[in-house]
Formats: sequence, C-alpha cells, structure tokens
Amino acid sequence: MTNSWTDIRNTDLVVIMGGNAAEAHPCGFKWVTEAKANRGAKLIVVDPRFTRSAAVADFYAPVRQGTDIAFLLGVIRHCIETDKVQWEYVKNFTNASYLVKDGFAYSDGLFVGYDEQKRDYNRTDWEYKIGADGFVETDPTLQDPRCVWNLLKEHIAVYTPEMVERICGTPKAKYLKVCEMIAETSSPQKAMTSMYALGWTQHSKGSQNIRGMAMLQLILGNIGIRGGGMNALRGHSNIQGLTDIGLMSNLIPGYMTLPVEREVDRSTYMSTRGFKPLRPNQTSFWQNYGKFFVSFQKAMWGPAATKENDFAYQYLPKLDVPAYDVLRAFELMHQGKMTGYFCQGFNPLLAFPNRAKLTAALAKLKFLVTMDPLETETARFWENHGEHNEVDPTAIQTEVIQLPTTCFAEDEGAVVNSGRWLQWHWPGATPPGEAKTDVWIMAQIHLRLKALYAKEGGKFPDAIRDLTWNYKDREDPHPAELAKELNGYVVETVADPSDPAKVLLEKGKQVAAFALLRDDGTTAAGCWIYTGCFTEAGNMMARRDNSDPDATGAYPKWTFSWPANRRILYNRASADMNGKAWDPTRKLIEWDGSRWSGYDVPDIAPTAKPDQVGPFIMNPEGTSRLFSRGMMRDGPFPVHYEPFEAPIANVIAPRIRGNPVARVFRGDMEQFGEAREFPYAATSYRLTEHFHYWTKNNHINSVLQPEFFVEISEELAKEKGIRPGGWVRVWSKRGSIKAKAVVTKRIRPLICDGKPVHIVGIPLHWGFIGAAKKGFGPNSLTPYVGDANIETPEYKAFLVDIEPISGVA
Amino acid sequence: MNMELSRRAFMRGAGAGLAGTAMGALGFGDIEAAHASSIRAYKLLGTTETRNTCTYCSVACGIITYAKGDLAKGEKATIIHIEGDVDHPTNRGTLCPKGAALLDYVHSETRLTQPKVRKPGSDRFETVSWDYALDRIARLMKDDRDRNLVEKNNDGVTVNRWTTTGFLAASATTNETAWLTYKVVRSAGMVVFDNQARV
Repeated sequence: MTNSWTDIRNTDLVVIMGGNAAEAHPCGFKWVTEAKANRGAKLIVVDPRFTRSAAVADFYAPVRQGTDIAFLLGVIRHCIETDKVQWEYVKNFTNASYLVKDGFAYSDGLFVGYDEQKRDYNRTDWEYKIGADGFVETDPTLQDPRCVWNLLKEHIAVYTPEMVERICGTPKAKYLKVCEMIAETSSPQKAMTSMYALGWTQHSKGSQNIRGMAMLQLILGNIGIRGGGMNALRGHSNIQGLTDIGLMSNLIPGYMTLPVEREVDRSTYMSTRGFKPLRPNQTSFWQNYGKFFVSFQKAMWGPAATKENDFAYQYLPKLDVPAYDVLRAFELMHQGKMTGYFCQGFNPLLAFPNRAKLTAALAKLKFLVTMDPLETETARFWENHGEHNEVDPTAIQTEVIQLPTTCFAEDEGAVVNSGRWLQWHWPGATPPGEAKTDVWIMAQIHLRLKALYAKEGGKFPDAIRDLTWNYKDREDPHPAELAKELNGYVVETVADPSDPAKVLLEKGKQVAAFALLRDDGTTAAGCWIYTGCFTEAGNMMARRDNSDPDATGAYPKWTFSWPANRRILYNRASADMNGKAWDPTRKLIEWDGSRWSGYDVPDIAPTAKPDQVGPFIMNPEGTSRLFSRGMMRDGPFPVHYEPFEAPIANVIAPRIRGNPVARVFRGDMEQFGEAREFPYAATSYRLTEHFHYWTKNNHINSVLQPEFFVEISEELAKEKGIRPGGWVRVWSKRGSIKAKAVVTKRIRPLICDGKPVHIVGIPLHWGFIGAAKKGFGPNSLTPYVGDANIETPEYKAFLVDIEPISGVA
Repeated sequence: MNMELSRRAFMRGAGAGLAGTAMGALGFGDIEAAHASSIRAYKLLGTTETRNTCTYCSVACGIITYAKGDLAKGEKATIIHIEGDVDHPTNRGTLCPKGAALLDYVHSETRLTQPKVRKPGSDRFETVSWDYALDRIARLMKDDRDRNLVEKNNDGVTVNRWTTTGFLAASATTNETAWLTYKVVRSAGMVVFDNQARV
C-alpha cells in the first residue's frame, strides 16, 4: 500500500478491481464502510463474479477475468478524451512531457525489438531522448509527437468503449458509468483509492494490470494524497515483511538486488545502480545505494567484510538467470536437478500450479524438510489418500523431515501489515509438545552446518563461517537482538569531519535513521528501510499510542511505519508547485517557505524547494512514469494480452497467445488447453471463512464452509444439465476434480467478441489433511506459467470443461 | 495507552462487585449466597492478557490472548480465549470469521508436537529427537552443497551459487525470523529462495 488501511476513511471513491476486500479482508474493508457512511464515498466493484464486495457496492460492472488492461486503458482513454485530467499534476509530477527515442514503436500488440525465438525484447529503444546537457529532453507544452503523453494517447486509441465491451464483456453502458465515476476524481478536491489483490497479480501480465491502474491514478492526481493511492491488499500477515527483507531469489533486504554473473566485482555491480538524476535538481535517492549495500554486508559478515575484500562482495551468490522463483524451482526439481527443499510454513503442493507436476517433482527430491505449526499436504505428499492423493509410497524415495514450529501465539517479534506498519507482538502461550520457534531451528541448522565445515572442511565455508553471530545465547537469538540488527548499529565511531572533537556516530549505538548509514564500513544495517524501528529510544514497533491528531488516519505514534515512520508514500505530491495542499481538507505536508512539515513525515528532503525538486524521489527523473522505459520485460505501456488459456482470440493482436514474453518451460506449452476442447473460463478465489489451506485444520472454519464446491451460472447449469447441489467433474488439460455445483445468479455469462463466455468459479481451501472434509483445489487444474516480470502463476484465468456426474460416496 | 480505564478492567471490576455490594445494597441479603453460587465466575478472571496480531491476512488486526498461567513469569501458559483489541486503530476490536476462530488454530488437533522422519519408500512418519533431525539436516545440506556448489562459472568468475537445495520461507513468520532465515540461507549460497509473495 502507498497509504494505509485507516487512510481509506479519507476517500471519495473506492475501486475494488482485482480483489474482493469484503470477503478476504473484512476488517480492513470496514474503512470503506466508514468512508461511505461518513463522507458519502462511493464504491465501485469490477469483477467477473458478483462478490460480497459487489453486494455492498454503489455500482457493479462485470468483466471477464484476464482483460483488466483493456478495461483500464479504456478508462484512461475516456479521461483524456473528456479532459478529466489533473493537468498540473500530470505536467509536473509525471514524465508526460519527456521525449522518447525515435526508434521506439508499437504495432499489432508488440513493441519494437521483439525476438520470437527468445520470447524477449531488445529494449534499447524504450528510452528517453537525452540532451547534450545529460538530461532528458522535454516538451512542457505536450505538443511534440514523441513526448510520452502523445505516445500514450496513440497507444490507447484502440481501447474504445466498443472495443472494451468486445474484449471484456462489460456492457458499454455499465463501463461508461464506471468511467464517469472515476473521471470525477480528476478534481484536485477528489480522491480515489484502488484496492486490489491477487485478482490482479495472478495473471501472466499481472504487473501490467497494476501499472494500468497506477497510470490512471497518476493522470487523476490520486497518488500521494489522503484517501488515494495504489493499495495492494496483501495476503499473509507478514508477506510485506518477507518481501521487505528480501526472502526471494534475487533480492537483498530493502529492495536491493543480488549480483548477476557479469557483475564480477562491487564497482561493476554499483555501475548499474545508484542512478544519477535524469532531470536537473532531482533527488534520485538510490544514489545512496552503496551506503545501504555496504551496511547490509557489514550486518551479514561484520569484521570479515572489509574495504580490502570489497566488503565481502564475493560472499554473495551471483545469479545466472533472472531468478530461481518457485516455478523454476519445481521445474528443476521435475527435471531431477534438485536434491533438497525446505518448506517453512508453506504448503506448495496446494499453493503452486499443476499439482500433478508438483507431486512428480517432490518425488524426485532426495530430501524435503518442512517446518510448520500444522500438518500440511506437502509434508505428506507421499501418503496415499485415495483419489485425493493417488500415490504409491513405496515408489517415492524422498526422505521427509517434518519439524514442529510455534505459531503466532507462542512467539515474539514484528509483522508488517499492508500499510507498512511494523507491529510488535508478544508471546502468550507455552508451545505445544516439543514445538520450537523458527528462530531456534534456523540457528541450529546454521550452527550445525558451520560445525561440520569446521570439522571436515569443504567447499567455500567462508560465508558460513564468518556470518555475524553476536547473540547472547548463540543457540537461540532473541527477537529484540535480531530487530536491532535489522535497524542497524554503529560499527566504528565516526567523528564530525568539520569538528573532530564532535562524535557523529558512536560505536555500539543503534542508528537513528537511514540517512546516517555509510559506505565505508562504519555502519551496519540488515534492512535499511527499517532503520528507525529500533533505536536508542527503544523499540518503536512496540509503541501503542493510538492518538490521531485531527483524525487524519495517520496514527503517527502507533508502532512504526517504514520508511522513516512515513504513513503515506509520495506525500509531497499532495501539494501543488507552491507547496500548498491541492485540497486544504486533505492536507498532509506543506511548504512554509523554508521547510516541509505537517501531519506526516515528508517524503522529500525537508528543505527541498517545491518548484524545483520532484515528489518521486526514488526515480532519477523526480517524476512518476506513465512510460516505464525498459524497466518491465513486456513493455513501457501495458497491452491487452489474453490469458494463455482464453475463450477467445486476442482481438487486437490475433496472432499472439498469452503474454508474448512470459517464460514457458518446455512441455508446459503443450499442456495448455484450447477453447474448442475446454470451452469455459475458470477462475479461483478464497472464501471469507477460510484462510488458504490453514483453516481446514480448524474445526470452526471447517464447519462454517464444510465442502468443496464450484460455482456456475444458471445458464451454464441448464446448458449442461447440472442441478444445484449436484456433483460435477471439472477438468483441464492438466487434471480433473470432482465437486458439488453451486448454481448461482452471482455469475452470469458474458458476451465477448460476439460469443457467450461461461465462467466457472473454483474456491480454494480443501486438501486431504485436517478437520475439514477432503476435497480438491484449483491447482489441480491451473497452468504452469507466471507473470512475465515476476513469475506469479496465472491462477485467475484458465480453461476447463465441466459435466454432471452421478453421486460420489 | 490513552484509555485510563479499559473495557476489560471495567468488566473485571463489575464482575467482582456484582455478587457482593450491589446485590446487598438492594436488600436481597437472604438470597445473596444462593444467587452468587449460581453465577459462573467471569471466565477471564485471573488470566494473563497478551497483545498480539492476528496471524491471517495483512489487515493485521490487533488481538488480545488470555491465558491460564503467565509465560513472562516462567509459568506454563495455555490460551483460553482470544478477542479483538479495542485499542487497535485498524480493527477497533472487531474480528472476521477467521480471526474470531483463532483459538481453534492454536489448539488444532493437527498442531505438530514432535519432529518426525519419513524414510524413503516408507508409508509412515516416525518420531525422532530434535538432535537427530537437525544433525540429519545439516548432513544432507553439507553433502549436497559440497557436491553442487558452483564456486566459479565457465568464465572463471566467482559465483558461489548453490542451486540444488532450495528454501521456501514463511510469510506468517516475524521479521526477526525472516532476517535470521535470510542470513542462514544466503550465507550458504542458496539462490532457490522464495516466499508466498510470489503466489
């Protein structure tokens, strides 16, 4: 989230598209209710199903799953055509006026530079024109045909209301009503918030779905203001924290990246980071990258990271592929190229696509370690459960080690909510049996591995041997010690260069702010964006002052919000070029002639002049990007691509299947189904009574929604002779499941490209372990392909067939 | 805390006072004892309150756990009740159908309590000691790492990359768990590394 849950109270219009907050985030959704009740805010829901969110919406419009980009680019087209644009914002806070290289072009669904064999682009021409002064050339009048604004207008021209209806199946009148409601928020006195979740991410073009809305929000001037923003409703309680701390193949904590092979040393690595400003006077905050990177290396390897050894640069693994994401991991496993796998609080057998492939892959491992408070299907993938897990244990040679861990009630530490609040919690119960904390387990694994290397020697033990381990009880580090490492501390005392008698940073003290971190090895910080969370003043994450001056929704003294306790990102954009709030009732920070101050921590240097320094300080431009240069693999503008399994051909580019640069492994393409064999458009989702696969271990939740079902329209039921509550078989090219049919008015067929498209809804929860009835899940059916940029699997749009079957015992 | 008297403290006071003062003052002296004995003691009396965060979605509702026994004093503590935290700015005491049933998770019959191993080809788990499980894991890791860690690529560039053992991290653990997990996984050179953010 750019904003926070409690900030939703400030909005005038909520758009829930790509999510279902009333169902999946009920207590956060209450802030939508608050805005509706207290300030007359409206709620729009755009979804293939009439969801629980739709049930309380002011306006609902259906959309076919996997066509959100066509819809959103259509809305942008409408806003530009009807002059519903926050012009001052667009001209000053976006790259609308920047000129793009002459070589850049787009036609028939593809940008310049496409290589069909590699399924990749040469992105050299997706870049700005750079002038003789080293800065981007601009045309503030927006007249130049090569400026971003005109290229954008040209790019979206095809998404007329008629085209949107044809692709999305949204009736034109409903679509235009949505356009009109959204367009009203181009007024500087109106705010719209976007609330989205996996309904947007789980597509082969998920990242571009989100970009589509981000671009719209920028054109309307809704980013950086109270009641606005791009608000990702994250799933798990600490999925934000795990991402912040970089527990992904290619990440270093604080959104830094692991080196790749060509970055042979630190200076080569730094040469493609720490960007210089692209426009005069801009902050380009990543210029500090080296400080955060060296402080991270010091947190990892302490005294072993020295200037002489490039701060232990070679201790970091270097990647040979963009990332070893989960799809690649299971692909390698499936090829027999992996030996071992750890699943810490994760149930991939139900969570990743194409379950048949997953089972085959796990069976090729030498060992599997699971760490979980609860039983999981993954830990028992080798156990026969009849049709729910049809395997032969004697044929599976994988050694499985199952470790019992504590749960939230028994451990201590911080979890980060969607709004970036790091909230500390305390243990209240004794762990059951011999269950242990994950911290203790990870410490034990490390110490035992290290002991083996000390005793036996072996390959490159250095990075293991030298790992910082200054814990009071080395067998069981305390959460507060780990939090202090994340925050950062002073390694060597630093004197003030202008007054050597004065101490700038004192050895052993906690660092107060990331601006103090240094690239000379004198500071250490595990995760620079968390600096400030545990300072000499104490644990800021444990703060419980719930006061909220002037009821802005900021709650500035409640726990700690990264970065720097800032509650709304890009908040400088809430004020105009003179530094005054666009809307005085929505004031966040203002310029008093010499400084920025207000309700929130300014997201700008406190003395940066409003008419000189742009609000998007992380970008070297100082502005936000309507044109994202070569930063995304599938284009600087979003394009409508169909899902890999789609009920109709792509009407704007009929030759293209799916996202043209999404990675597809050998064998998986052959497992994609065609509409003539699998005519129905399926999607997957969660129910409010359930949390993924966990709550089937709970009696109450299992009783509330006891049995696996699929949802279809009355029309499809009639066509196929399926009766309400009757049994059906649903199958894709990858698997088959049995379920009871819920026949509902909440799903209606859509007319797309002149043909009716029937939707099959498949909720997830069921498996073969726990208190709930045994059942199947959507991942028995879903395709093995992910988003072109970040490889999130395409769970939300795929093809199935369905037929009634006689009763199941 | 900016509330001088929390709702819970008020309830406790009211519960304790009810059988004595209030009833007596109203002149029902004779039936006081009989009535008092018919009232079940307020179930949260004498429990230890602990502030926590709901473990499900990232709305991150504040919750309060009530336990028999005080963990901070070194006692065995068993949670008997969980409710929403009224002081929390986001949820203001409310919980959804998942959060309201958190107690069922804590005491689920399928909570794991002992390390177990399933041997190759076996159809069952066998209970093992922590020492056995952890030593076995370290052995398996080291054998694979020594065999498959890529120290240099074909061009002679130092890459120190281990791709044959992977790690999926848990998005419901704390930052502190995440950080220690990061340290242990990365220092071993592992790159097959991911968490639920991907799905």
